[in-house]
Amino acid sequence: MTRRVLTVDDSKTMRNMVCFTLRNAGYAVEEAEDGAVAMRALQSNAYDLVITDLNMPTMDGLALVRAMRASPRNRATPVLILTTEADAEKKAAGRAAGATGWLVKPFNPQRLIEITAKVCA
Amino acid sequence: MDGMEEIRATFFEECAELLGAAADQLAQIAEGTATEDTLHAIFRSVHSIKGGAGAFGFTRLVEFSHVFETLLDCLRNGKIEATDDIATLLLRANDALGDLIAAEQTETALPDNFGADIVAAMTRAAGGAAPAPRKGDTPAAPTGGAGPRTLAIGFCPHAQVFRNGNEPILILGQLARLGEAKIIADTSRLPDLAAMNPEESYFAWTITLATTEPDDAIREVFEFVLDDCALSIAPADARPAATVPVTTEEKHAAKTAEKPAAAPSPQTRSIRVDIEKVDRLVNLVGELVITQAVLLEQSAGLSVDQYPDLLRGIEGLSQHARELQESVMAIRAQPVKSVFSRIPRLVRDLAGELGKDVRIIMTGENTEIDKTVIEQLGDPLTHMIRNAIDHGIEAPADRVAAGKPAQGTIHLSAEHRSGRIVIEITDDGKGINRDQVRRKAESKGLISPNSNLSDDEVTNLIFLPGFSTAETISNVSGRGVGMDVVKRNVQAMGGRITLESRFGSGSRFTLSLPLTLAILDGMVVAIGSQTYIIPLSNIVENLRPRDGDIRPLVGYGDVLAIRGDYIPLVYLHEIFGVPDAVTDPCQGIVVIVEGDGGKRIALMVDELIGQQQVVVKSIEDNYGAVEGIGGATILGNGRVALILDVSRLHCVRPPDIARVAPDARNAPCLH
Repeated sequence: MTRRVLTVDDSKTMRNMVCFTLRNAGYAVEEAEDGAVAMRALQSNAYDLVITDLNMPTMDGLALVRAMRASPRNRATPVLILTTEADAEKKAAGRAAGATGWLVKPFNPQRLIEITAKVCA
Repeated sequence: MDGMEEIRATFFEECAELLGAAADQLAQIAEGTATEDTLHAIFRSVHSIKGGAGAFGFTRLVEFSHVFETLLDCLRNGKIEATDDIATLLLRANDALGDLIAAEQTETALPDNFGADIVAAMTRAAGGAAPAPRKGDTPAAPTGGAGPRTLAIGFCPHAQVFRNGNEPILILGQLARLGEAKIIADTSRLPDLAAMNPEESYFAWTITLATTEPDDAIREVFEFVLDDCALSIAPADARPAATVPVTTEEKHAAKTAEKPAAAPSPQTRSIRVDIEKVDRLVNLVGELVITQAVLLEQSAGLSVDQYPDLLRGIEGLSQHARELQESVMAIRAQPVKSVFSRIPRLVRDLAGELGKDVRIIMTGENTEIDKTVIEQLGDPLTHMIRNAIDHGIEAPADRVAAGKPAQGTIHLSAEHRSGRIVIEITDDGKGINRDQVRRKAESKGLISPNSNLSDDEVTNLIFLPGFSTAETISNVSGRGVGMDVVKRNVQAMGGRITLESRFGSGSRFTLSLPLTLAILDGMVVAIGSQTYIIPLSNIVENLRPRDGDIRPLVGYGDVLAIRGDYIPLVYLHEIFGVPDAVTDPCQGIVVIVEGDGGKRIALMVDELIGQQQVVVKSIEDNYGAVEGIGGATILGNGRVALILDVSRLHCVRPPDIARVAPDARNAPCLH
């Protein structure tokens, strides 16, 4: 069965990148431009993986992860954080919020596919 | 790769938007009206640009935006103050960022030291060296352990491992891809079914892995669960002792203060559409409106009793076509804000350069106007503002001496007025010295000495080609572009420009622009066998004059006397040379129209045919500019009709203008 991925980023470029890469790798990818939009999508659809940016207007990535972990529906859905923040503190904050893993920009398609495979069968 | 090309194009489009937004927000900082959210928004813009640039390998762009971002970060954390100098620096940085993006987009090389001064200034402002951009997670060079070998791996996830959405089975699967793995599950911790919590993990695994991958690659498989498991990796021959957790430095999660989510900013949900697609839609709707007019006309003679459904259908079609047209035009409409937003920056820079103190007040930024008009508005507007600051506003000392506040004010406003958008630029500067203008025009042979011109007419002489009052050409407005070019630009987009000025107290430029260039409501009129369209927005009233209403006025031609007022009468058949037209005003119809500036003229036509929406086709593009004609259209019967340009008609008309200006065509529109 095709795995369904939701990419959350306020940058259309980044969303396109993720879509393009993962669609070529055989995933079904949908987009949301911030955490709030993503939460709405998550309430009506089931995703196998969410890939989110951290720094977004309205609802940022950490808030999205916390909201997901607080919602019974999405408590166990893997969330990858796609971020330029490579420092340990940010990673730790992501983990504390409930993120499954992270992918540090610059965006590397091969690495995205590998990591996606690691958290989403 | 097509997909990548498309993403690249999206990136540049997005950059343009982000830069524009950042410029707006930076202007707010410069004005001191920025809030904390503004800084966050700018930071996000630069951050997004950096992210995309990294993905495409635009190294210089990444490095520059990184330094820029660092400075913004210092600002939003309150580490440094947003002083005037910082605001200027940020604006310059934003410009440089735009140049860097443009260079990548057009694949042109910039000088090696491009932006180096700005980077240095930003680094200084941010309080020392900005950290070099991080390498990201490019895997570190293999640190030992490479080569074919067998590893014994102990992996014991904590009970809570599922909490973050990690799945040990997938991790084991990954591991198995790195070599030949033998995985043994330890199920000893598995409780009775009744005691089992389905959200906890009870397993542990021992893996024997024959691999050639470096240790780091092995460890990386577990990178997301390091905190949630006990992990040991050792050569298989050495018996794994007690499982030693791999130490990580990521234990201080709790103390990381997370900023609360930014306050929700109002968001418009939107999609991005290629402008060509919209243009095509506008054209198609235009054609549809014409087709609908044809149908309407053809059905006019049909009896309702005989064809009730057909006529009802046509009526519905007309209504829907109109709504469709309005909706389509609304897609192209954009607030003039996108042009206005550049102005404060311009004022600030220019005033600084000239040692003047100028405040800009803007109103009506949200007034909407067709995108094509907006695109063409930027240059003339910029030029007029430059002009106002350079020639209008005096130096602070002169202002004080003249009894004015030292700070000059420019008021830029936009509003809808009778189907057009009117933009006014008012300054409280020194105004126009008419005597000087007059002398200049005479000395340049633009007007004959002794010509009898009203004050406004003199003022508007500055729009004549070859006119420039500046004694010395200054760097600011004297860039070889005169007000005549501004006027030409404005006219090219169907707009008009007028100037009112009082010597000593300021000037007001009024720009009147069409809301859209594509469609207009018109009155179809007949003159002899010809059909013309008068824009409905210009029409004040129609009447059939009685004997005695038309009176000759010496040196001015005939005028229409109405309610104690005298309005110049224009015989259209004379202007257009239509032979078989009605010549007696009392046998025809007089249409009173109002041009720009509120001046009225009466147009004499044979009869009114009806009101209709027409799609404007440019006559200039297909033939050439014709004085008094704004365009052409195709009517319901398939015939071409010319659309009158009322304001220009009125300029063509008064004979004294033709007398004073050697070339009546270039004569200013005098009201």
